[in-house]
Amino acid sequence: MKKLRRKVYMVAGYNTISMGSGRKEFNPKKERPGLEDYIKEAGQGTLKLIGGAKNVDECVIGNFMASRFNRQANLAAFFPFIDEGLRYKPAIRVEGACGTGGLALMSGIKSILAETAEVVLAVGFEVQNTVKAIYCADFLAPAGWAANRKDGHAYFFPGQFSDRAGAYFNKFGREMTRKGFARWYRNAIENARLCPTAQEYHNTTKDLEAAAMAEPNPKTFLENLTALDCSKVSDGASAIAIMSEEGLKRCGIPVSDAVEVVGYGQVEEDITKPPPEMTALTTMKTAVSNALECAGISIQQVATAEIHDCFTVAGIMAVEALGLAPQGKGPEYVIAGNTARDGNFPINTTGGLIGWGHPTGGTGVHMAVTLWEQLKGKAGASQVNIPADRQYGLMANMGGDDKTLVSIVFKK
Amino acid sequence: MTYEERLQHVSVLGAAGKMGSGLLLLTAVEMADLSLKPGNKGRTFVLNAIDVSDEALSGVMRYLRAQILKIAEKKVVGLRAVYAERRELVDNDEIIAQYIFDVMNVVRPTTRLEAAYDSTMIFEAIKEDSALKIKIFSQINQNNPKQPWFFTNTSSIPITVIDEGAGLGGRIIGFHFYNPPAVQKLVELIHSKHTLKEVGEFALAYAKNLRKVVVPAHDIAGFIGNGHFMRDILYAVEVIHTLMDKGMSISEAIYATNRISQEYLVRPMGIFQLIDYVGVDVCSFIMFVMNPYTKDEEIHTKLLDKLLEQGIRGGQYSDGSQKDGVMKYEKGKIVAVYDPLKSEYVPVSLMQAAVEAKLGAMPAPPAWKAVVGNKAKDDLLKPYFSQLKSAESVGAEIARNYVKKSREIGKHLVSGGVAFNDADVNTVLLTGFFHAYGPINDYMD
Repeated sequence: MKKLRRKVYMVAGYNTISMGSGRKEFNPKKERPGLEDYIKEAGQGTLKLIGGAKNVDECVIGNFMASRFNRQANLAAFFPFIDEGLRYKPAIRVEGACGTGGLALMSGIKSILAETAEVVLAVGFEVQNTVKAIYCADFLAPAGWAANRKDGHAYFFPGQFSDRAGAYFNKFGREMTRKGFARWYRNAIENARLCPTAQEYHNTTKDLEAAAMAEPNPKTFLENLTALDCSKVSDGASAIAIMSEEGLKRCGIPVSDAVEVVGYGQVEEDITKPPPEMTALTTMKTAVSNALECAGISIQQVATAEIHDCFTVAGIMAVEALGLAPQGKGPEYVIAGNTARDGNFPINTTGGLIGWGHPTGGTGVHMAVTLWEQLKGKAGASQVNIPADRQYGLMANMGGDDKTLVSIVFKK
Repeated sequence: MTYEERLQHVSVLGAAGKMGSGLLLLTAVEMADLSLKPGNKGRTFVLNAIDVSDEALSGVMRYLRAQILKIAEKKVVGLRAVYAERRELVDNDEIIAQYIFDVMNVVRPTTRLEAAYDSTMIFEAIKEDSALKIKIFSQINQNNPKQPWFFTNTSSIPITVIDEGAGLGGRIIGFHFYNPPAVQKLVELIHSKHTLKEVGEFALAYAKNLRKVVVPAHDIAGFIGNGHFMRDILYAVEVIHTLMDKGMSISEAIYATNRISQEYLVRPMGIFQLIDYVGVDVCSFIMFVMNPYTKDEEIHTKLLDKLLEQGIRGGQYSDGSQKDGVMKYEKGKIVAVYDPLKSEYVPVSLMQAAVEAKLGAMPAPPAWKAVVGNKAKDDLLKPYFSQLKSAESVGAEIARNYVKKSREIGKHLVSGGVAFNDADVNTVLLTGFFHAYGPINDYMD
């Protein structure tokens, strides 16, 4: 893949709290902030760090399904609501299911590369707790092929990944795989407990792995996964600024405060077709390998990654897609502690989709914010070690069942 | 007649009442589920919701809709399979809406008793009045050519009395739900002397499909649940007198007794809160119904009479919140206690310290919430009761005697032939009254 024709940076990330079950202050029966409040908080958070709206050339907003969760579309028009200074500036809304945030980043990166902008404000959000989980499942189902919905599970997407978990059990053994899921869950919660914006920040369960080993109940939920194997239903937004060198100068931000985008892989797979392999995320593998190739590095040079663990089984298969473990060995790799915060390849250091939360359209942006914080030593209690010989961070954001993929490599 | 044929035409009498609406809901869901089975295509299922007031029936239809929505949301995983052939129903919300329609579509609200003349099954949850029950059952029985079966929800009238009085020839059984029927898992099953074998078998199958826990009781007024509850009330009144002898005012004694019977007996509610929950009038009426059938025992207390004379009734508002009764409630908390001698409520804040001082030092009981449903509950209860045994205060002595009395009442239900065994008594109190432990235990040995 071609090298980037111009240097691209990201800086000034901001996350709202990921709100939903698990947070002490969450009460589904009481009125809560609307999507406009989340968009505004995140957008203003980033604008404050880059010297205000006047420095912004273009805006991009990522959202999956506000049209159903919040009865709202035409979302780019919320930028002037964030700050009046954004009136009459170009803005666009992008959508790629749970890979939406990644697409928002790609849209900004391309504007910088195309030299139509020096500073792009990227926001991603989802406000999902407007309905009960059973209807949430309806709203998220269009991430897959609509023709399959009728015969799918009531919890359509969890059902698809439960089927993948079943296939993985059959091929590589149930016991070890479930132990891998349980360790994945434990890592996610332990990391979330260190991040004040994380949805599982208040989690006090003592034996996390034992809780995660409870048997699934197919009568009420899924055959092969429990609720603890699933990401959260979340309200949240994240924002980040995407800039050229000139943009950084304009905002008075030293290059040393920003992470550089050194490679990306943006890949689509046919939504109407079943996965070519039930036990592998083949599209993610392609996206990650494209991103690494574009950056001219190997996975061994990466210090930490943010990957799309919408379900524990996706986390395990992602570890394999990244090339950290051979197929079928993901669970052992995770059980050995490699992906824990003190392991040799920490993954999802603020909890990922299971621990931090999964406001679907915002997740890709949240990944970039976390990597910016980690690579720049701004992660507070969540900070992990970034070795001197491994100065890179990698994200892999997935839309649907391995359909829309964005992987980006950042350099410290 | 098969189980399904029997349930094709059903009537619920008193369908708009507290118990009636619950059993209407459960029966409507069961009938709709039968109608949705592939083998039952083309069969019609009819459930008459019969009550005296159109207004109340309109309210019960609203209640049904809200409850069926909740049920549908819970079982949508299974409902998707039920509606697999209905290709136009795609999203969960479409499937849920269809299910609500299909259940509601079984129900026919009416104020006309004649609707029951076509039914093969009659569920009854009307007033606890044996003469009224007998009159209505006879009327239906004489006008209904289908030899219907009668399921009565009576909690206190002997089934044989109704059976013989209405000339039903054993086509009756006591099927006693606990309140609220949609939530409470317990059903007491009572055969009359003549109950037909097939009626009993059907009752068990029906209870199983409703996922109820069945406890059989002999046909003796009050059965197990009220047999314990009413005697528990009588004992609470004795305790009040004991405390008044020790210098408490009546409102203090009521407050202290309620508190001991909740906190120090580790129960979900104190005895007077439970009376308010059920209704002072209902408790009094149950005693009135039971009393003629209990030999050598007076099931009656002047205290309830006095409260009712002064208009103190308790019970619940239609939204399920607690009306004021023996005690006054704010957001579910007890804030005042009625003094029937002075005819006024006395705020808890004015008596709490004095009551605590008079009861003396008490061992710290585990919270009911922490114990109920806890597999290791004995680890919490045993150390507490062992402390209670050796504690020397007035309050501890009363709590000890209360635990012993509850056990004695339970044992009496078995020796008096109401319950088949100790375990059944405990099941009723655990399941029907949400007690954290059965009354027949060895904690005070």
